[in-house]
Amino acid sequence: MVWFTWPTDNLLCRCPGLSITVWLTLLFVLIIAPAVLGGFFNIHTLYVRTLLKIFEWTSLLMDKRAKNTNQHIHKPCLRGIIAKDPPLSLQQAIQGFGGSVSCQHSKPKFEMSDVFYFNQRGVESIVDDEFTKCFSAQELESWNLLTRSKYNFPPISLRLVVLWSLGLLIRYGLLLPLRVMLAVTGIGLFLILSTLVGFLPKIQLRSYLSERVHLMGYHFCIRSLTAIITYHDRENKPKNDGICVANHTTPIDVIILANDHGYSMVHGGLLGMIQRAMIKSSPHIWFERAEVKDRHLVAQRLSDHVADKTKQPILVFPEGTCVNNSSVMMFRKGSFEIGCTVYPVAIKYDPRFGDAFWNSSKFGLVRHLLRMMSSWAIVCSVWYLPPMNREEGEDAIQFANRVKAAIAARAGLVDLTWDGGLKRAKVKDALKAEQQKLYSKVLLGEHKEQSDKLGEGGNPG
Amino acid sequence: MGSRASTLLREEEIEEIKKETGFSHSQITRLYSRFTSLDKGENGALSREDFQRIPELAINPLGDRIINAFFPEGEDQVNFRGFMRTLAHFRPIDDNEKKSAASSEPPLNSRANKLQFAFRMYDLDRDDKISRDELLQVLRMMVGVNISDDQLGSIADRTIQEADTSGDGCISFNEFMKVLENVDVEHKMSIRFLH
Repeated sequence: MVWFTWPTDNLLCRCPGLSITVWLTLLFVLIIAPAVLGGFFNIHTLYVRTLLKIFEWTSLLMDKRAKNTNQHIHKPCLRGIIAKDPPLSLQQAIQGFGGSVSCQHSKPKFEMSDVFYFNQRGVESIVDDEFTKCFSAQELESWNLLTRSKYNFPPISLRLVVLWSLGLLIRYGLLLPLRVMLAVTGIGLFLILSTLVGFLPKIQLRSYLSERVHLMGYHFCIRSLTAIITYHDRENKPKNDGICVANHTTPIDVIILANDHGYSMVHGGLLGMIQRAMIKSSPHIWFERAEVKDRHLVAQRLSDHVADKTKQPILVFPEGTCVNNSSVMMFRKGSFEIGCTVYPVAIKYDPRFGDAFWNSSKFGLVRHLLRMMSSWAIVCSVWYLPPMNREEGEDAIQFANRVKAAIAARAGLVDLTWDGGLKRAKVKDALKAEQQKLYSKVLLGEHKEQSDKLGEGGNPG
Repeated sequence: MGSRASTLLREEEIEEIKKETGFSHSQITRLYSRFTSLDKGENGALSREDFQRIPELAINPLGDRIINAFFPEGEDQVNFRGFMRTLAHFRPIDDNEKKSAASSEPPLNSRANKLQFAFRMYDLDRDDKISRDELLQVLRMMVGVNISDDQLGSIADRTIQEADTSGDGCISFNEFMKVLENVDVEHKMSIRFLH
């Protein structure tokens, strides 16, 4: 038995030493070297350009193959499934159906054809509505060699299959383990250093060091996701006297924004361990679960924090839920009621390199992170918009809508008025009642409302 | 991954749906994408809750009636074939190819079939007649609480009076068609599906 135990013994002794060496080497290669060499040539842009060339070649291959074999390729029609006419007002639409109608009639005018309007709008919304589209991954114009975006592009040639399996190997065999290791190292270091800094007696030194530690932590996380971020208009970066609002696509948004500037965050009881470490070393706003429901308490704490000029700006995501980055949903008015300066930030992800959207109904947070780490890269653009203040005579809802429109315009997203919370909750009956009221007015022959449209999401209370 | 394979659409099925409904190949695949995105339970069929999750449909006063039109009598699930069959009613008539004349049945999007869809909006118990009660119920759905019972009653009475030529107090399908003979059904009950 001696010959059997001897090699394993040796291996067991060597394994820890070997793995540590490998680990340190990789760490050096991945972090320090690029940081040094970054001045000479940019690895990231090279990587991105290579990938784009490969994707172009893929789509050419698929087109050629489809022509040769006369197969149908499903080209996602990014314009939509149906052509919708510009929405008429309810009155115009219904009275247009009835044929000839005189403007003056004293008796209520009902036609059996009035149902046609509701039918058509109803079936149109079944085929293509603007709300449910926002909660599934965006469709791509050409395949990016990821299985998860493969549903519409069947692999139809041997070369594609080879390319795809090569990509699979690289992503899961090389990129994913490296990234996970980086993330673990980063978070571990961050926790240790953060706790240590929390013990320092001098406040100034403590806050300075904690800022550095935070930035280091975020840099690690960014590297571990291969996030290639372009920050625009940095002169508009949020200052200490306001709140920062941004559109929400994934929990990674926080890391992407915090990588460039320090923020205070509002925590509602989730992601406990990491945030508890953060609290010791820098000011964050922490709520118990019960307190979150009390809107006045929340508003009070937020305005107290904002009033203190030494504290960092608060980062808020007013949509309240993750949206798939093709549109911006209704902003909750809570953060806009405080009356301080609002610094809007727009974030746009490039879906070709990896889908950043967290579909919380389909998979949990861990799986989402793994998906992100096994994509090609996370390429995104961050725009800092100039600060906005509430104007005279504007209420919180109008202010929120104005900010939302600015963010949507900057990032090229669709500006919707639907409440993101509707993906879990039912629509309020009040909205249906509005439609019924409009129709009654038409029926009874009142012509005052000219600009009401069916299908416009109403403003909730 | 296993459930994904079972929900992929086979070529033979696409051909059958093409023949039955008249949709093109790409329209069918795109509508299938839509069907699967609505199917949260991923069991290949839609339930009423899946439809009600669409906010625009939920605020439509006749939303429940429209949803009902997709479900055959007494059933709670609609599969993709049934879904397409109902949607086919809304294809524009001009889209029909010439060779549909070969089949014995009129296409699903003929004027008569479109009118039948609208008729079923009113005919709650599916007995091929619209009674005064049914008309009142549908009117109530459309106007909510904004019109009094008396006014609604008189509207219903007048409508039945104008349409009912047989004098039985109900509107049959033929009478319904007669009332709407001047209405441009083709355009008002059509959706422009992109190719």
